[in-house]
Amino acid sequence: MILVLYILIPAVAAPVAWLLARRSPALARWTAVAGTAVPLVILVAQWIAKASALQAAFVAKGPGPSGLIAGSWIAHVQTTWIGSLGISFFLAADGLTMIMLLLTFALGLLAVLCSWRGITERVGAFHFMILWTVAGLAGVFLSLDLFLFYFFFEMMLIPMYFLIAVWGHEKRVYAAIKFFIFTQVSGLLMLVAIVALVVIHERATGVYTFDFTQLLGTRMASGTAFVLMLGFFAAFAVKLPVWPLHTWLPDAHTEAPTAGSVLLAGVLIKIGAYGMLRFMVPLFPDAVRDFRTVALILAVIGIIYGAIMAYGQKDMKRLVAYTSVSHMGFVLLGVFAWNSWALQGVILQLVCHALSTGALFIMVGGLQDRIHTRDMDKMGGLWQVAPRMGGTAMFFAMASLGLPGLGNFVAEFLILVGVWQVSHWAAVLGAVGLVFATVYALWMMQRAFQGEETHSWSFADLTRREVGMLGAMIVALVLLGFWPQPLITTAKQTVTGLQLMTGQSTLSWGPTAEAGGPAAGEAALPAADGAAGSTALADDGARQ
Amino acid sequence: MLGLLWLIPALPAAGFVLLMLLNRRLSRPAAAWIGAGSVGLSALVALIVCGSFIVSPPAGDSYHQVLWTWFDVAGFAPTIGFYLDAVSVLWVLVITFVGFLIHLYSTEHMEHDEGFTRFFMYLNLFVASMLVLVLADNMLLLYLGWEGVGLCSYLLISFWQKDPQNVYSGRKAFIVTRVGDTALIAGLFLLFTQLRTLQIQPMLAAAQHSFVPGSAVAVAAALLILGGAVGKSAQVPLQTWLPDAMAGPSPVSALIHAATMVTAGVYLIARTNVLFTLAPDARLVVAIVGTVTLLIAGFSALVQHDLKRALAYSTISQIGYMFLALGVSGWEAGVFHFMTHAFFKALLFLAAGVIIEALADEHDIFKMGGLVRELPAVFWTFTIGAAALAALPFVTDGFYSKDLIIATSLGSVDGSLWFYVGSLVGAFITALYSFRLVFLVFFGERHTEVTRRPRWRQLVPLYALATLSIVGGLVWMPGWVSGFHPLEDFLDTALPQLDLTSRYAAFADGTGGAFVTILIVAVGIGIAWLLWIPWRKSTHAFSESPAVRPLAAYWLGGWGFDWVYERVFVRPVKWFAHAARNDLVDYVVGGIAWLNVAAWRALSAGQTGRLRAYVAVAGFGIVLVLAVVVLR
Repeated sequence: MILVLYILIPAVAAPVAWLLARRSPALARWTAVAGTAVPLVILVAQWIAKASALQAAFVAKGPGPSGLIAGSWIAHVQTTWIGSLGISFFLAADGLTMIMLLLTFALGLLAVLCSWRGITERVGAFHFMILWTVAGLAGVFLSLDLFLFYFFFEMMLIPMYFLIAVWGHEKRVYAAIKFFIFTQVSGLLMLVAIVALVVIHERATGVYTFDFTQLLGTRMASGTAFVLMLGFFAAFAVKLPVWPLHTWLPDAHTEAPTAGSVLLAGVLIKIGAYGMLRFMVPLFPDAVRDFRTVALILAVIGIIYGAIMAYGQKDMKRLVAYTSVSHMGFVLLGVFAWNSWALQGVILQLVCHALSTGALFIMVGGLQDRIHTRDMDKMGGLWQVAPRMGGTAMFFAMASLGLPGLGNFVAEFLILVGVWQVSHWAAVLGAVGLVFATVYALWMMQRAFQGEETHSWSFADLTRREVGMLGAMIVALVLLGFWPQPLITTAKQTVTGLQLMTGQSTLSWGPTAEAGGPAAGEAALPAADGAAGSTALADDGARQ
Repeated sequence: MLGLLWLIPALPAAGFVLLMLLNRRLSRPAAAWIGAGSVGLSALVALIVCGSFIVSPPAGDSYHQVLWTWFDVAGFAPTIGFYLDAVSVLWVLVITFVGFLIHLYSTEHMEHDEGFTRFFMYLNLFVASMLVLVLADNMLLLYLGWEGVGLCSYLLISFWQKDPQNVYSGRKAFIVTRVGDTALIAGLFLLFTQLRTLQIQPMLAAAQHSFVPGSAVAVAAALLILGGAVGKSAQVPLQTWLPDAMAGPSPVSALIHAATMVTAGVYLIARTNVLFTLAPDARLVVAIVGTVTLLIAGFSALVQHDLKRALAYSTISQIGYMFLALGVSGWEAGVFHFMTHAFFKALLFLAAGVIIEALADEHDIFKMGGLVRELPAVFWTFTIGAAALAALPFVTDGFYSKDLIIATSLGSVDGSLWFYVGSLVGAFITALYSFRLVFLVFFGERHTEVTRRPRWRQLVPLYALATLSIVGGLVWMPGWVSGFHPLEDFLDTALPQLDLTSRYAAFADGTGGAFVTILIVAVGIGIAWLLWIPWRKSTHAFSESPAVRPLAAYWLGGWGFDWVYERVFVRPVKWFAHAARNDLVDYVVGGIAWLNVAAWRALSAGQTGRLRAYVAVAGFGIVLVLAVVVLR
């Protein structure tokens, strides 16, 4: 039942915040803090309580594909909702869910905190929207019923639309509508695919069900599977976003209020990655494999194109937005490489990108509150005015370009190692993307913070509240950079389960050591001939 | 005692954290004490650890300390761990001791700078990263140090960040080296995929076991590593960032861009010598890169006006010597030259820093002159450094190491006459440009007033490094001079021995080869004296003559590499970023929206409200339908 609380607490806190705002805005703010912090505390407690279960070796519970996914659950709730259509209220959590929920609540809390001074109009409604978005996000990450998933997927769109359209910047209405249409259209494609999948399943078994665990392994013609896969891919590719479906993102991120950008970049776009990991690949593994080359190409284009676009921007917030396009290209690469390294890298990347980009949005937002512009032509030399801000921005710029010692590096390295097993050129081009990341990150630093200060700005350096928020994010990124193991352990069962699920349909994309015994372990080291190499080069190199 | 190993990088890292957290609350002396003190302590610990390593070598002549497992994913489990052997001992001692001297120097050199604390913060982070680089027990941790020093290099080149030009130079350094790093990281992917580990020693053992010598995979791995080394060590074709890196404060040039960071590539190749031994083609490439670099950078050094830029080109050139040594399997010779070069080049940069400070930030050597009386201490120390750079026989450390490389380039089984001639030509040019600097800066007319004189915190490092530049080479004397070569014996425990067995070896390694080297250096210095003391005017006229000027300008600009890169890489990317600023893809999206609006306009234009028009259209439609039906 704890799982329901994750959705219920923010959902209930939302109207409370709206009502209390009439008395005093501060009350609304504190309600919103409670509405995100309380589930965060519960989550951490549950995490600690289930730590040993998460660390245990993966054991499939029961036969069939649903048994495989059951192997990694730590909690679930299932009750009938619309029985005649086989729709159930089915929530479940595993390690991946815990990580996604952690992101949701932590960034939800940060979104509330970073709006403390900036938002003064319609404070109640604002916090209602934030909390409602958080509730919807929690629902998305917890649902295992596809109808319920779609329900939450759509539900959090509406508050996010209002966040952008009401509290956004100059072009807020344009951006909000663009965001809505992109997401809505692609979401409908997914809905069609879901319904088709359910119907196909009904024809085969005579049972209507939207239960993901039942739908797993549904047999269908490969052409059908490919089309249905594309339906899911469309929805998740828009969210992630994948080039060339990304153009809603720079507008939405730029025009949204800081809290909106933090939630968008930190959690919302991660639904794309989550949906691919959780639903798309397990449901259609063969179709996904057929699609792999195209996806890798799109990912690489996204990485480099996004980085060059970022470099070309004048608007600092837009620059940061484009870096997301670039970074999510790595995620797409990793999803389609689908080995342990890539998948763990993807999950780590989701967390680290949320922290580093979220922080950059908070910084840009703080800067805009102070100088009322995001145009970098009007900045320059701000380090002299606000050195603490300069140093902090430098830190997050370094995280963005993948500096070792910070979590982003571990994530990107793992992804690229995994991708290398599948495609050398994709890994190399991904690494080239890191050079372009250097270009835009340093250029941003120069234009905003270095050089001569010629606009005679004068404003206060980071406040205590900002130092607290950003400091926590810095500590988290450094910790993840030197000791990401807790996250890796948490996600381990999920990753193993995912690979086993897809492995059944003749998928063997590189090594799956955790599942497949000593194939890739240290044990294989001395016998490096043949067995060690999954690439063509190995055979040239192997003695014998 | 060896257990203290982790403290060596941890102390400067702690200094960095402390300076960062306390930053503005610190007084200058406090910041200086933390900054220089942490590195001094680190040097002390290094002395204890390395001393005990040398006095009583541990089993296997190496010491391995694992702090924790970084992460563990499907058998890929790099550690945060340190590995100490003869090679890392040498690097650690140079980094901490030269590093400490430079920190001490900086407390005076930077005393009036507004970014005093920030300077020591970056410098401490640099020392910590550099130590991690050379102590790392696995390639990924090495890469962490590798990128860490790159970051510090960027931060310190653009330290005076009010001037956009300095920031540009810093960015250039970071980006160009990161191009090389892309090759290195691809090398890590390849090595891990083939060998299933990045722990350096097991990885090398596995390579020896499973790579066929000369096979494509071995050559590919070695070349990719070389790519990283070429970027970091400013070798052709990625050397272009180093001359611009001189925008940073002089102590930075001394520490990062002369003594330590730029030799990271040498360290990397020496560390992975097993891979290069398995890949003769890659070795050949290393030797060619080294020879080409040492020559073209030497010619560029010869025509520079800016004192620090001249020294920067000489650094590129000297690292070219180290690469040449590595390329002909003279691993130990390359490492030896790293050590001596660290002493004399740091000395030269620190002395240059004093000169530039004394002349109110004058960098142009033609505006210096006559400083021999004004700054005698600097004159003597700079001259010792220049003599070592020129490899003045017997009395300087540079002679011993450079002569060894020259001998190896011919005497090694991988050696050849080409490399030998190249290294001799390089030695001649080096002698020429080193003493050109001495004669132009210290002799002749005085052009600029001396406004400041160094105090003890600058002089002590100069004296210490000058002493090391004289005696540092005595630890490895050539066989025909004496049998005293403890450094060689020490390095033998970690690196393959020098193998001087080509048919020219007897000549190259004997008195004959030494005589040639000595002769060339002596002639070089002599000609330098002639050109820039008695014949200075005509030399100047000659260099300005129409026949010579374009060539000199070409060398001055670094052989046109920047020119080409600007046009081939920088401008196209800039142009595209600018042209596509509004996102090309968005035009498609906008086009769809526009089509919808246009369709709406067209359709709503039909909604005129006039009945006649509606009837006419309906009638026309009926006729059309009937016509289609009938005519079918």
